[in-house]
This record gives sequence, C-alpha cells and structure tokens, in this order.
Amino acid sequence: MSNSAKNGSDNMNSSDPAMTSQPTRLTGAETLWATLVGEGVRDVFGYPGGAILPAYDALRKFPIRHILVRHEQGAAHMADGYARASGRVGVAIATSGPGATNLVTGIANAMLDSIPIVCVTGQVSSKVLGTDAFQEVDITGITLPVTKHNYLVSRTEDIAPALREAFRVAQSGRPGPVLVDITKDAQQNSAIFDFEAAAPAPYRPHPMLRADSTSIREALELLRAAKRPVILAGHGILHSRALEQVRTLAERAQIPVACTLLGLTAFPASHPLNLGMMGMHGESWVNTAIQQADVLIACGMRFDDRVTGALTTYAPNAKKIHIEIDPAEINKNVRVDVALIGDLKEVLETLLPLLPERNSSPWLNAISAMKGDASVRDIQHLPDNGHLYSAHVMHDLWRETNGDAIVVTDVGQHQMWEAQYYKHDRPRSLITSGGLGTMGFALPAAIGAKVACPDKEVWVVAGDGGFQMTSAELSTIAQENLNINIAIINNGYLGMVRQWQEFFYDKNYQSTPLLSPDFVKLAAAHGIRGAHVRKRGEVVSTVQEARSHEGAFLIDFHVEQEDSVYPMIPSGAALHEMIRRPSENPLVETASEA
Amino acid sequence: MLHTFVALVEDKPGVLTRVASLFRRLNVNITSLTVGNTERESISRMTIVADAAEDRAHRIMASLYKLENVLEVDDVGRQSAVVRELALLKVVCTPQTRADLFQLAEVFHARIVDLAPESLMLEITGSASKIEGLVQILVQSNHKILEMARTGRMAMRRGHHTSRVVEALSDATPRTESALAGKPKLVALDLIAQEDHA
Ligand SMILES: Cc1ncc(C[n+]2csc(CCOP(=O)(O)OP(=O)(O)O)c2C)c(N)n1
Ligand SMILES: [Mg+2]
Repeated sequence: MSNSAKNGSDNMNSSDPAMTSQPTRLTGAETLWATLVGEGVRDVFGYPGGAILPAYDALRKFPIRHILVRHEQGAAHMADGYARASGRVGVAIATSGPGATNLVTGIANAMLDSIPIVCVTGQVSSKVLGTDAFQEVDITGITLPVTKHNYLVSRTEDIAPALREAFRVAQSGRPGPVLVDITKDAQQNSAIFDFEAAAPAPYRPHPMLRADSTSIREALELLRAAKRPVILAGHGILHSRALEQVRTLAERAQIPVACTLLGLTAFPASHPLNLGMMGMHGESWVNTAIQQADVLIACGMRFDDRVTGALTTYAPNAKKIHIEIDPAEINKNVRVDVALIGDLKEVLETLLPLLPERNSSPWLNAISAMKGDASVRDIQHLPDNGHLYSAHVMHDLWRETNGDAIVVTDVGQHQMWEAQYYKHDRPRSLITSGGLGTMGFALPAAIGAKVACPDKEVWVVAGDGGFQMTSAELSTIAQENLNINIAIINNGYLGMVRQWQEFFYDKNYQSTPLLSPDFVKLAAAHGIRGAHVRKRGEVVSTVQEARSHEGAFLIDFHVEQEDSVYPMIPSGAALHEMIRRPSENPLVETASEA
Repeated sequence: MLHTFVALVEDKPGVLTRVASLFRRLNVNITSLTVGNTERESISRMTIVADAAEDRAHRIMASLYKLENVLEVDDVGRQSAVVRELALLKVVCTPQTRADLFQLAEVFHARIVDLAPESLMLEITGSASKIEGLVQILVQSNHKILEMARTGRMAMRRGHHTSRVVEALSDATPRTESALAGKPKLVALDLIAQEDHA
C-alpha cells in the first residue's frame, strides 16, 4: 500500500493545482478523489445522486475511471469482484439514502468473504443530520455489523485521514469492507489537503496474535508423527499470498490438500496432492479423507458449517492445527489442538525450515483407492444421450478455455457444478460468493474482475434465477464495452432450492419453477451477441464462437431441468454421510463404476 | 457465568454502540457496562460484565479486538482485581425508622448523602454482593426503597500491572500537568471535601 501513493502521484496531472502532492487547499470533493488517487485507485464503480453530487462534479479533474452501474448493489459487487481478481482494494460510490441502502447486500457479501472494499457514500449536510432530511439514512448504523469498520465524516479536514485509514483497515489482518459516509457540506467546504500527513498512525500491537516457538514445536511434533495428515486450504492463503508456502508444506511432507470453495484457487487443481473441494458438495474421497485423518492442518479457513457437517462427528480422530490470522476464529466451531495465530505466510515461513521431508505413500495410496470407487470426473467420453447436463457445460468450458479464464459464478447448483468440473490451476481464477451465498453476484462481480484484469478472459456462470437479480448490469457491460462472456445455466428452476425440495420436502416444488425471458433476445436488446444451446454437441462450438467474438457474448444453456448436485451432505449430517448420485442417473459415474 | 472484561477504547462517538452491538451479535447478555475517562486523554475505559458460558471468554475478547476502536481488552475476572460498584438508594424514612436506617448504614459503611422529611438517600460502594446484602436487609426490615441507581461494576487489576498496549501508543498523551493546564488546580483533599459536600 505504501508504494501506491507514489504510483498514484505519477499519474497526476501536475499542471492542475488539485493534483499536486504538496499540501494544498482543496474542497472536500477534491480531497476525496485526490486521496483515492494517492491510494493507487484507478477505477471506481458508482451511481450519482444529490448528496454525492459535489464529489461527482470534481471527478473530471482526476485520473480515475468511473463505471456507471445500474444498481448500487452492482457497484458493491463490482468493487468486490475487482478486489478478488486483483488483490487490490475495490471502491464503490453511492449517494445517501436509497443509494447507500442498495449497497448493503454487496457490503455484507464482502464482509462474509473478507474482501477488501471501500464504499464511499454521500450524506446529507451536517446541519440537518438526524432530522430525517430528504434521503437521509443512518448508513453507518445500518452497516455497523456488516463492515469491518465505518466512518461518518462531517468535516472536510477529516476526509483524507478517514479514507486513508479506511484503506488500511480494509486490507490489514483479515480483510473486509469499510464504509466512509461523507456529508455534503464536508464535500463542499475546503481545507488543507496533505496526503502524507493524513496517513494513519502505526497499527497497535495485537496481543492475541501468537505463534510462539512452543506452538510451532507442537505443530511440528504432530506433523512428524502423522500417518494420515490432510491440509485444509482456505481463502486465507490468497489473502496472505502464501500459495508457495502451502505448496511447499504439502510437497515436503507429502500431505494431500482439500480445498474450501473459496480456497479452490489457492492450490492448483492439477497438482497430484490436490484432492479437490471439501464439504457439502465435496467428492466422497475428500470428505472421507478428512474424516479418517489423524492430523488436520487448517490454513486460512474457518471451519464453516458448509464444510464440517455435524460438528460432533467431524474428523473425530484428528489432531487439529489451525493457522489463522483472526483470533476470533480459533475454537469457534471446531476445537483445535494447536493454534498458530498470525499471518499464514509468516507462520509457514517460520515452520517450514523446521519441517523434515516425510513420506505418506500408504495414506496417499489409500486415498487413491477411495477415488477409484467414487470417481469419475472425466465425463468427456460419456456417450451423448441427447441430454445436456450442466456438468458437460462446465467440463467443456474448462477444456475450451484451457482452465485459464477467470470464472465468476452466481449462487446455486451451477456454482457447485462449476466448482466440481472446472479445474482451476491459477490463483484468483474462481470468483464466487461463499459466505453470504448472494444470488445476483456473478454479473456485477465479473464486471469488476474484467475492469481489474482487462487482459484476462472472463466468464460469468449464472443460473436463470440469479442472473435476473442483477441482469440490468448488461447495460453497464454495453456502455463500458466490456468483453465478458456469459454462460447462463438455464434449468427453469431455482435449482438448488428445488433440489432441497426434492430431497427434504417430498418434491413439493413450491415457488421454484421459474419463467425467464429469452436471454439471447435480452442480450440483443443491449447490443450483445448471444446463442441458445440445447445439445451437448453444440457446447464446444458455441463456446468457441463466444471466445472468438470481439465483445460480450451470452450463451443460454438449456440444461436438464431436474438434475441435482451430487454428492450431497444434508445439513446437520456427518461429513461422510452423503447422498450419492442414484445409479440409474446416466450422468457422471465412470465407466469403471458401471 | 459472569465474565468481567475491561476494555480500553478510543474516546470517539459511536464506540459504545459498536461494543454493545457486538454483544448483541454474539447473543451474549450484558449484565452491566460502565464507561468513563482514564488517565489518558482520548482513551475511555469500559468495564463490561457479561453473562456467557465459561469457554466464550476467548471469543468475546477476540471479537472485541476486531473493533477498530478497541485498544486493549483484559479478562479481569480471571485476575486478582479490585471490583467495585456504587449504588444510590432512596428509602422511605420516618422519625420512627430513622435510627434503624442510620444503624444499617453504619454496618454497611454506607453514607447518608441526603435527608428529607420523608426519605433519605444512601450511598454505598463495594462489591455487588455487599450492595445486594444491604438491599436485602432493607427489604426484609420493611424499609421501602423508592429508587435505586447502580453504576455497574468497575474493575482494576491489583499490583503494578498496567496496559502495555496503551503505553506503546504514542498519540495517547497521559494526563500530565500540562494537559490539565487551565483547569483549576485542586489538591486531593479539596476533591474529597468537595465531594463530601456535594
Ligand atoms: C439473494 C438470494 N435469495 C435467495 C437465495 C436462496 N437460493 C439459493 S440457491 C437458489 C436458487 C438459485 O437458482 P438459479 O439462479 O436458477 O441457479 P440454479 O440453482 O438453478 O443453478 C436460491 C433461491 C440466495 N442464495 N440468495
Ligand atoms: Mg436455475
């Protein structure tokens, strides 16, 4: 972060007094943008309105690209997708009142997935605060439990320090969203702007961060004695940029790796030690390996209920080592034997030099044997029986894009199929809403990802339900001329809910069948090309067409309507008590199992 | 069980809301919460008494630390500490009951800080159980309590222990002589005298 201030000033237009790095008198509105520039911000996602108009008025003086969204929820998701794709802080701007409240879902989404975003909202003038003035809402009150921190700024001179602190808070420790609410008069008045002087005071020491030599020694002892160890790889690996360290840990000690949904791109899918995704829709061998493990090394993950199943039966024989930066996660869901509380990369760098090489071939062989019975996963050679399954689409999409695309998924069955069948080898190449499970996330988040990484191929994978929640952002894609490909997995249902109704509510498909517009025509209305796909044979050629087309392309995949995601651990059941794919179902089981 | 935490927090608007909101989110009931100034400007001290299972103390502390405005948290329930509470009690008092009330006050080291024709006010400082003891006796002796106000607990560790985190903070200036400049200078005795006559 510290160097970004410098990068920013390089972009500055030095002839403009508003852009000088010397202390200068600026309006609050100018201060806002100058501080963002200083923090290295190049792109923001927003929507104007009365209380933020002074800021918009000043924007033209600054080298910042503003992407006009169609709904402020989209702005927050775009900032989120931007941060996930690039590792840089994403920025969303909105006006007071409804603009601010529309951000809330996106902020909560970033909170639950620990994504560094900064949201700036306009607020009514300080003179009328608390009077129910037009478009006044207490947004710092509303967002208090869904932000890492927030600020109400009513004085011009406080804008730069609050914003700079917001950037620090968003990125430090366990990252998260921060909101800065700035009154209209604070934007209009002026004060001396001094970027350097506005830097936050050094962080206070955190007495609960602790990875002392005793704990490190205990962890090493457990690892040395382990016969059946498993690494649980989480999102924290990406946050801490500890991919190399985790890989070294796995390779040196020959420990297989199970990934959380958000940790899927923290360890290469093609690595021989990678087992795949754990949890509710994890493959049977992954969850069985965890249940049979004698040592679990959790790296930057939080034992969410979607990955543990019933806590009372979770990995009953395993000693647990938890490496985690947030002390509040220690012993929250799962009681651990050794807690190494600190930055994952730093902890591993201390631990790795002391870790001897070891061999776990009997354990790895045992896992391979389990795989043999359950698996599959190469569905490529299955005969085309006329049905189009979502798994086919994901598989073909993976093959056609060489696993190189950034895939941004929505929430539902398609999200799980993507996680199962698209093999991610590159960090940050899967962007998905994990903790909040926010339908409508994919399209805006993909816009954020594309703006952050314009040279990367970006695919949206969304359900017919979730796509309609934020489909207005197609206009944003058109206006910004973004080359984003969109795959709608159209099953005519709110599929994941339908699946729960099938399994747990006697197939009472209450309110889950879903009528949708012709998505290809909807795209056409925005000047975006598109195609329908109804047969397996058309998947590859249409994906190729989308990839070679200059500009956005939407494919409406009409898939099998009542397919379900397998295996599935019903919520509350033990991790190994999974519902398996019924054998009469033609889809995914391998030739070897047949 | 009851946990007692002392939290040193930045003295800024909204900090109390953040702390209270945190306990609500954790679904932990706050039994009492006392906030006041400390030896340093810009830092307030909260003593929070909360009712939660034994093993939740760690999570509560760690969650408090996640609040940006919280500087340090101490679980004083596990330490040797002085814990005090102050209560004011307004009690019906007639010429017939006055003697008894005066006697109770003396036994409990409570002070009579107000005397009206039909009531008196008792001020008592001490542990919660001492205050509850006085209340119980008053009720059992048929003295009518008209009003009661309690501060909730304040706690401070015994011995030389002080906050290391706060010491490390450069911007938190201790209340030195210069910090008090301009304010009327009072010797300790004056303060006590003032308080007594208040
Ligand atoms: C905003 C929001 N509302 C409701 C839900 C509950 N929910 C989870 S998955 C799902 C169905 C999603 O349907 P669709 O987008 O068509 O995807 P599919 O499961 O069919 O692939 C629903 C309603 C949610 N996750 N988010
Ligand atoms: Mg659907």
